Amino acid sequence: MKEQDKPLLTIEGLHTCFHTLDGIVNAVDGVDMVVYRGETLGLVGESGCGKSVTALSVLRLLACPPAEIQGAIHFQGVDLLGLDREGIRRIRGNAISMIFQEPMTSLNPVLTIGEQIAESVRLHQNLSGKEAWRWAETMLEMVQIPGPKQRAKDYPHKLSGGMRQRAMIAMALSCNPQLIFADEPTTALDVTIQAQILNLMQDLKQEFHTSIVLITHDLGVIAEMASRVIVMYAGQVVEEAPVRELFKNPRHPYTQGLLGSVPVIGKKAKMGRRLQEIPGVVPGPLETPGGCRFHPRCPKVADLCRREAPLETVLGEHRRVRCWLAA
Amino acid sequence: MSLLEVQDLKKYFPVKKGILSRTIGEVRAVDGISFTLERGETLGVVGESGCGKTTMGRSILRLIEPTSGQVFFNGRDILRLRGEELRKMRASFQIIFQDPFSSLDPRMSVGQIISEPLRNHLSGSRSEIKDRVAHLLNRVGLHPSQMGRYPHEFSGGQRQRIGIARALALNPLAIVCDEPVSALDVSIQAQVINLLVELQEEMNLSYIFIAHDLSVVEHISDRVAVMYLGRIVELASDQALYENPVHPYTQALLSAVPVPDPDMRKKRIILEGDVPSPIHPPTGCAFHPRCPARRNRCSRERPELLDLGNGHFVACHEK
Amino acid sequence: MTEEKEHREYAGQFRRSWAKLKRNKAALFGGALLLLYLFTALFAPVLYPGSPSAPNLMISLEKPSRDHFLGTDELGRTIMGRIIWGSRVSLLIALGVISVGLVLGVPLGLISGYYGGKIDFAIQRVTDMMLAFPGFLLALALVAVLGVGLKNTVISIGISMIPIYIRLVRGCVLSVKEQVYVEAARAVGSKDFRIIVRHILPNVMVPITVQTSLGMGTAILFAAGLGFLGLGVQPPNPEWGAMLGSGRAYLFNAPHVATFPGVAIFLAVLSFNLLGDGLRDALDPRFRI
Repeated sequence: MKEQDKPLLTIEGLHTCFHTLDGIVNAVDGVDMVVYRGETLGLVGESGCGKSVTALSVLRLLACPPAEIQGAIHFQGVDLLGLDREGIRRIRGNAISMIFQEPMTSLNPVLTIGEQIAESVRLHQNLSGKEAWRWAETMLEMVQIPGPKQRAKDYPHKLSGGMRQRAMIAMALSCNPQLIFADEPTTALDVTIQAQILNLMQDLKQEFHTSIVLITHDLGVIAEMASRVIVMYAGQVVEEAPVRELFKNPRHPYTQGLLGSVPVIGKKAKMGRRLQEIPGVVPGPLETPGGCRFHPRCPKVADLCRREAPLETVLGEHRRVRCWLAA
Repeated sequence: MSLLEVQDLKKYFPVKKGILSRTIGEVRAVDGISFTLERGETLGVVGESGCGKTTMGRSILRLIEPTSGQVFFNGRDILRLRGEELRKMRASFQIIFQDPFSSLDPRMSVGQIISEPLRNHLSGSRSEIKDRVAHLLNRVGLHPSQMGRYPHEFSGGQRQRIGIARALALNPLAIVCDEPVSALDVSIQAQVINLLVELQEEMNLSYIFIAHDLSVVEHISDRVAVMYLGRIVELASDQALYENPVHPYTQALLSAVPVPDPDMRKKRIILEGDVPSPIHPPTGCAFHPRCPARRNRCSRERPELLDLGNGHFVACHEK
Repeated sequence: MTEEKEHREYAGQFRRSWAKLKRNKAALFGGALLLLYLFTALFAPVLYPGSPSAPNLMISLEKPSRDHFLGTDELGRTIMGRIIWGSRVSLLIALGVISVGLVLGVPLGLISGYYGGKIDFAIQRVTDMMLAFPGFLLALALVAVLGVGLKNTVISIGISMIPIYIRLVRGCVLSVKEQVYVEAARAVGSKDFRIIVRHILPNVMVPITVQTSLGMGTAILFAAGLGFLGLGVQPPNPEWGAMLGSGRAYLFNAPHVATFPGVAIFLAVLSFNLLGDGLRDALDPRFRI
């Protein structure tokens, strides 16, 4: 087996639930996935589908209680759920790091950009203060922030949204991680800035050979960035496929509906002004439907779907669907 | 005569500083905008954050007081209306807001929210108003039995439907839609867009559809205006603009849109830098510091919005 | 079935706040204590029939005993009875004071915050001047002008509460009026009065409720202070502060005369404060779980 083909991260039977006043919320309910070295895995779904909670569970960034994480998460053979606080701290920001959607709230407003990057390097890499600072400047240069030496001394509020997201990426990359969770990294940005950041992420991935788990609701971003895609709905994986396969031949009715409901430039001329829509609403955290979770909104619903929850059907390598129609 | 005609609309916000709040400058959020809107037409307005599109939408409704300009709605200049006249005008010119969570009063029931415009402008009995609210709820795809519920009990998409029902209550002629779907999930977005399209066809509504998502705007609009730093840089029919963009900014914007098709990974025009601050806009053409095709002239002279023919307007020296 | 679900969700907000309040032991204690005071005040004639002000010099300054549970004062009146009847006076003052503060302070705060500009400037400068005095001193000065007695106690403490309400309400209005739903109300052609009453006021009720609970504690304390100085409710009416004041002379030979009214004041103020703090946490949607 080549190094390339060895899984970097495996998640098996992940269940994450939250104990709230209103009852137990099963945010992630039996998720399996594998991330390989150097690949970009897209994680798609709508709000509340559990995509972000999956990432937070891997890094154990959820307060327990109220959260409760069960299952098995192995990173390079190390059981992440079995690690003590110190063990997981060594991995966070070092071997696995995270990029958040809103850079303003995830950067500390009272520390300069340089200090924040240097701090994470010092913590993990055993560098002196001066070396760490120089490394921070190098990282800022790498993410193409103009005038990195000056910018390192700036506080986050002095940077524009795009620059802050670059700084976040610099921080995430500073310890040369093997895996980055990017949670809606461009959702808060304008499209021209989004294009800059996506280009940057692609370049950096080539250079550092980092694996990226790209969490987003934007199918356009997925099509441009990901090599493999996992679609989630109501806490479960409903479909997994290589990116071309997913867009050309979606098997789950939810994926099909999602692709049909996105407006695409030029589509109106061909298809008219009505978009294909998925009826109904995304189920709330406490009202998960019985049987197949998608059945109340599914155009192809059958009796079986209302009664029994479908299991995953494996259609090939990295190709699975959770639907009775595919079984 | 057009339903709406906006002429040289400007909104400058003063920048104040110090304990005496002296005015030290101004933000030119909207800096001389002109356009028209016909009955039953949708004008899309796109642009990045800070381009002034939201301020423009609020200014023509006078939810923000514009600095200068003229806004003719149904033949009357809205900017000259006073007190009661302005309040009455609002019955026929409505707005739908971006955030379905903050635009509904959390302490009011859905029935109270939707009946508010009715109570403001009509004198109907309780049961008449209730019937009308029930009809409106039905029309936007909600159930009349939900009248007594409160906004927090609804999902984002349903809340947006409530906002639409409120805007429709008085049978308006035109609606400003300020990013009406950008806070919604993808599958819900399509539902709301379809609803807006249906309502337009049914009631011959005119929309000013403000959004940052170019695909959504293309889908719903008949004509599209592209804004950059408070000005319109290009205005054309939706087909002309998307198939044959003329302004370098429009070209870059369109090329930056990610397409949900892995076989279409295309060459993106990557613009340098960020949108400049509207407090200190660049001289000449505001886009020139980021423009891949800039010339000497661009930093000195501001290009006017000129007609290239067929109602395709562009503000660029190159054309 | 759907109706049942609707009902459940309709009650959601209240239920959530109540659940949070129930977990707060201190607030529950405060609430229970308050209920006890209310009960005492309402049923004073049943709990202590007869006049609490009738002197009986035969039994003056008696120590607590089986006959006189909390002892008697210098005029031989049972302290228990006077505390029971005093709770009426104190709660009455608290209610009166808060009414004055609410009726004048809330509208002024709403107007000041909503309209801004010159009206706001004028109201705020007057508020500044009133707040420049410590609250009790302001009440004291007003009593000096108006004279002593129950009614004037209520008026003077009430006036000293007004600027607190103005400040609080104005601050909340400033943030609420920027909410999109207020803009939405303007967009559908609502008049200012309707916007203030239907949209802004209901959304600033939570801080007003909390302030009302805390303010009642303060009112009782201030009233007791005025009574203690002999400037509040006049004898022979049973008022805790005045009782404390007159008991001061016998602090060494009969300490119970001053102690028990003091404890009554302390517990009453404590109950309002604990409940107020609890309400603040329970009604704030930001504090979840």
